[in-house]
Amino acid sequence: MKTLADGGYDISAFFLDHRDVIARDWTQRVAKNSTGRISAAETQSELLPILDALLKIVGEWPNVSGAPFEEVRALLSEYSRSRARNGFSPAETATAVFALRDAVLSEANKNPQGPGYTGIERFSQMIDSLGLITFDAYVRTRETIITSQTEQLLELSTPVVKLWNGILAVPLVGTLDSARTQVVMEALLQMLVSTESQHAIIDITGVPAVDTQVAQHLLKTVMAARLMGAECVISGIRPQIAQTIVALGVEFGDIVTKASLADALQLTLQRSGFEVRKSERKA
Amino acid sequence: MTIVQHWSIDGVPADAQAAEFEIQSDADVVKVRQAARQLAQKAALSIVDQTKIVTAVSELARNTLIHGGGGTAQVEIVKNEKRVGVRAVFMDEGPGIADTTRALSGGFSTGGGLGLGLSGSRRLVDAFDLDTAPGRGTRVTVTKWAR
Ligand SMILES: Nc1ncnc2c1ncn2[C@@H]1O[C@H](COP(=O)(O)OP(=O)(O)OP(=O)(O)O)[C@@H](O)[C@H]1O
Ligand SMILES: [Mg+2]
Repeated sequence: MKTLADGGYDISAFFLDHRDVIARDWTQRVAKNSTGRISAAETQSELLPILDALLKIVGEWPNVSGAPFEEVRALLSEYSRSRARNGFSPAETATAVFALRDAVLSEANKNPQGPGYTGIERFSQMIDSLGLITFDAYVRTRETIITSQTEQLLELSTPVVKLWNGILAVPLVGTLDSARTQVVMEALLQMLVSTESQHAIIDITGVPAVDTQVAQHLLKTVMAARLMGAECVISGIRPQIAQTIVALGVEFGDIVTKASLADALQLTLQRSGFEVRKSERKA
Repeated sequence: MTIVQHWSIDGVPADAQAAEFEIQSDADVVKVRQAARQLAQKAALSIVDQTKIVTAVSELARNTLIHGGGGTAQVEIVKNEKRVGVRAVFMDEGPGIADTTRALSGGFSTGGGLGLGLSGSRRLVDAFDLDTAPGRGTRVTVTKWAR
């Protein structure tokens, strides 16, 4: 491109001289791509500090991993985090950085009669690296979000419910791994204490397969409840699970198991001294 | 053995007949188990047999991870003249098993487990092959046929 031929005007100096118009162009480009999700004012307040931090250290371009770039990196990370939380895609997030290059170069190209520019390579290299930093920070934020959602799901998916005075139930759904068992066990023990219950039913109707690890986790939970003076019944043992447990050779010892939650409830009611029978009065 | 596809994230593509996995974490064990279930469904195994092969796969994948120090798993649909089934192969280059009789006797564990995974898996499947030696790693192959 003719206008970008070798000359004396370094692109960073050009950038400094035209800061205001480039800033406006950049925020407009970015705002156009983020319609609705984030206000123009917000976009501006996020982007302008990044731009100014970059202009403070033009002598350091394009070495983005150096100490002078610390502020820029921090601002970019913060920007990525906020985009990730607001539901922007990683591409959209990184594109905002690349839009800065477009803003600078299109401004530079507006003046074909002007001096040629130098340092475009370095500038471009820097923008690429900054884009990668943005991308990285974005991914890390998403990972944090996913981890915390998984933890929330874990807790949500293991409710301990009170079925009757003194009788709790834990309906387990899905795969029972170590982390989950820990959550279940803690929740159950906690509820046993707070509700002063002596009985608990662990229902595994929703557990797809019981292998030795799941079995061991179940046994541990029952033992822990026992130490607190509560008896557990395991219910919801479907035919295929029963056959698998037998083939594996897992023994539940003296732990009572029942095919259905209803059977388990009936037994537990009995054990707690309740008598369940049909009323003789006509309804 | 033909491995049609190699992937590590989202389970088995709809048209896949086989899958290969690295086993380096608990999450990988879950993936292998899910693939086994999908392929067992595709091979039209009964619910009981699906549960059996999935449980065996779960045990063996965890042994590969815990005792073998990680390795690989291959799960595939197999056919012979009469039947369709699911075969799974687990390989690691860990310490191997010195006393296979004892490891298969049930109730023996070097890792604080119930010691039922290996012997139980053998009872859960139709064909079971254990190829191991101290210092040479371990290779377990299991097959479950549709009835
Ligand atoms: N891939 C392997 N590499 C080395 N040793 C193994 C391997 N698989 C099994 N073993 C040995 O065989 C023993 C028995 O295995 P098994 O799966 O039956 O029990 P476990 O894994 O110890 O307990 P769990 O009942 O939880 O499975 C193990 O304790 C281990 O010493
Ligand atoms: Mg085992």
